[in-house]
Amino acid sequence: MMFIPEPLRLLAFVVGIIAFIALNAAYLVWLERKVAGHIQRRIGPKEVGPFGLLQPLADGLKLMSKQLLVPKGVDPYLFKVAPLLVLVPAVMSFVTIPFSENLVARNIDIGLLVIFAFASVNVMGLLLGGWGSANKYAVISAARCVSQNVAYEIPMLITVITMIMVTHTMNLNEIVMQQDGSLLNWYIFRLSASPLMPVAFLIFFTCSLAETNRAPFDLGEAESELIAGYHTEYSGMGFGVFFMGEYANIIIGCSLATILFLGGWQCPLGLYPGWWWFLAKVYLLIFCVMWIRWTYPRTTLWGLLNLSWKYLIPISLVNLLLTGAMIKLWPLLKTFLMGAS
Amino acid sequence: MSDLARSQNQETFVLNLGPQHPATHGVLRVKLTMDGEYIVEAEPVLGYIHRMHEKMGENRTWAQFMPNTARLDYLGALSYNHGYVKVVEQAMGIEVPERAEYIRVITVELNRIASHLLWFGAFVLDLGGFTPLLYAFDDREHILDLLESVTGARLTFCYFRFGGLYNDIDDDFVTGSRAFIKRLRKRMPDYHNLVTKNIILITRLKDIGILPGEMCRKYGATGPVLRGSGVDYDVRKNEPYSVYPELDFDVPVYSECDSMARYMVRMDEMEQSMRIIEQALDKLPAGPIMPEKVPKILKPEPGDYYSAVEAPRGTFGIRVVSDGTNKAYRLKLRSPTFSNLSLFGEASQGMLLADALALMGSLDLVIPEIDR
Repeated sequence: MMFIPEPLRLLAFVVGIIAFIALNAAYLVWLERKVAGHIQRRIGPKEVGPFGLLQPLADGLKLMSKQLLVPKGVDPYLFKVAPLLVLVPAVMSFVTIPFSENLVARNIDIGLLVIFAFASVNVMGLLLGGWGSANKYAVISAARCVSQNVAYEIPMLITVITMIMVTHTMNLNEIVMQQDGSLLNWYIFRLSASPLMPVAFLIFFTCSLAETNRAPFDLGEAESELIAGYHTEYSGMGFGVFFMGEYANIIIGCSLATILFLGGWQCPLGLYPGWWWFLAKVYLLIFCVMWIRWTYPRTTLWGLLNLSWKYLIPISLVNLLLTGAMIKLWPLLKTFLMGAS
Repeated sequence: MSDLARSQNQETFVLNLGPQHPATHGVLRVKLTMDGEYIVEAEPVLGYIHRMHEKMGENRTWAQFMPNTARLDYLGALSYNHGYVKVVEQAMGIEVPERAEYIRVITVELNRIASHLLWFGAFVLDLGGFTPLLYAFDDREHILDLLESVTGARLTFCYFRFGGLYNDIDDDFVTGSRAFIKRLRKRMPDYHNLVTKNIILITRLKDIGILPGEMCRKYGATGPVLRGSGVDYDVRKNEPYSVYPELDFDVPVYSECDSMARYMVRMDEMEQSMRIIEQALDKLPAGPIMPEKVPKILKPEPGDYYSAVEAPRGTFGIRVVSDGTNKAYRLKLRSPTFSNLSLFGEASQGMLLADALALMGSLDLVIPEIDR
C-alpha cells in the first residue's frame, strides 16, 4: 500500500466505495426479497438469472430508463437535491470505516466524529425531499422523520460517548485493535468496562434501526398510512438514489455496531483476522435487520418517541454513569484483589 | 386536539385518503380534515364503484339475481347467497331438505373462516406487519380449494339454489374439511404467538379506537364490531335460521370496545366456526339436496318479505317486495359494512391518523358491499 501515491490511492478508494455501495444496495434488495420470501414461506425472486441473481440488474435498468418526473408545484431545486443529500453523506461516511487493518481510505483520529457528522446530514435530505415534494403525505412523513431522528440520535450518541470513554480514542482502527484476541475481548462482552455493555449494544442497534427508518420504526414510509412517505413523488432514479442511500445507511449502522462492539475485522478465535470477518459480521447484522422487518408490525410515532425518551435515554445515561464509575473503580478493585491474593 | 386547533386559530388541512390508498383496500375515499397528525373531521365519500345492484334486482328474474349476491361482499359470498335464497324460499314457501341445510351451514362457515383469515392478514398488513398476510393466504387457499371442488368457483360463489344446492358434496370434501380444520387448529397458536401476543401490536390496539356499545347501536353496526363492544347479538343465535339451533357454539363477546376486542372477536369466531363445521359434518344426514318440486318460473305471492343472516361482517338483511310477477318489485339490501363504516366519522374524531387507520382496519371493510 505504501508505494502507491496518495491521490491515486484515494481515487481508488472512492471508486471502490461507490462500487461497494452500488453493488450492496442492489444485492441487499435481492437478499431482502429472498429473506422475506423464505420467512413468508415462498421462494422470492427466481426468474431473472439463476436464483434471481440478475433481478437487481433488471430493476436498476428499469429505474434508470424511467423518466424523472418533476411534478407541478414542487420546489425543483430542493426536489432534485434531496436524494443526493441522503446518498452523498453516506458515501462520505465510508471513508473512515476500516474494512481491515490496511483497507481503510483515511485512517484519521476523529473517525467516529466524522461518521456522526455526516450521518446527521441524512435527515436533511429526507426533510427537504418531503418538503420540496409539496405533497401532504410527504410533508407528514418528513416531520415524522425529523422528530424520530432527533429522538434517536441522543441515546445513540450517549452510547457512543460511553464507548469513547472506554476506548479513549475516536480512531476506528485503534478501537478495533483494542479488541484483538478472542471473542471475550470484544467490547460487547467486556463487562469489566461496564456491566451493561450488551445492553449498550442493543441500544445502539435499536437506534441505528430507527435512524435508518427501518421496521418496526419505518414511520417515515409507512405505506399503509403515508403511501410511500417522503419519496411518494419521486420516480426513476430519484427514488433509486433514495433507496441506495437507505441501504448505504443500513450498512454504515451495522458497520459501526461491528466496529464498536463486535471486534471489527478480528476473528472470534483470534485467528486470521481480515476484512472477511468484518463483512461476515456486518452481513449477519444486516440479516437481523431484515429478520426484524419481516416479523414485527410497525410502531406508532408516540410509541417510538416513548421508547426513546422513557427507556433508551435513561438507560444509556445510567450506562454512562456506570461506565464512568467503573473506569475509576475497576483499577482499585483489581489492585485490591491482587493484594488479597 | 381539534378544540385546541380552533381556539388557537391554527390552520387545518384536508387530506384525501383515497380513492386509491393502500389502507382503504379498495376504492373508498375518506376526506380527512387534519390538524397535524390529528383528525379533526372524517367524512367517508362513497359511490366510486356503485353498480346499482338493487335496481338490477328489479329488472332480473328471481333466479337471474342470484349471481349478483356474490358480488356484494366477495369475501363472504356464500352468506349473501344464503340470505337471498332464504328470503325467496320464504316468499315461495319452499321447504329445504335437511342435508342441503347442513351443507349450507358447512360451506358458509368455511367461507366465514376464509373471510376472517383474509381480514386477519390485511389488518396486520395495515399495521405494518407483512408476513402474517402470506401465512393467512396459505390457509385460505385450502378453503378455496375445498369450496372450488363443490361450487366450481373460488371467490364469487353461486352455489345455493332456491330450495337446495347446485351440487352435492362428496367424501373428498368431508375428509378435506376435517383435514383443514385439524391444520388450522395447529396454526392458530402460531398466529397468536406471532401476532396476538406481540407487544407492538398490543400497544397499537389496546384502548385505541373505542366504539361504545351505544355508538354502535346508533349507527346500526353489527357483527364483530358490535360484539367487540360488549353487545351479545348474533343473528345465528338471536333469530335462529337454517340448522344453527341444532349446533352447539358460542358467540364470542368482548366488552373492551377497542380495536383489540374486535380483533379477538374475529379470532375466536374462527374457532367457533371450526366447531360448527365439525358438528355439522358429524351430523350430516343422507338424502336429497333439492326438494322434489320447485317451480321453473318463480312467482311469489304479492307481499313484503324480509330475512337476515349473519354474514362474516355482520347482519346481512334483504327485503323483497313481490307483486306476483317473475321479478321483484323492490329489492333492498342491508349490508353490514355500510353501517359499520358510517360510525368511522364520529369515532375517528381527535384520533391520530395511524390509530384511525388501525380502527378502520378493525372494521373489516369490503368496499363493493358498501357501494352496492
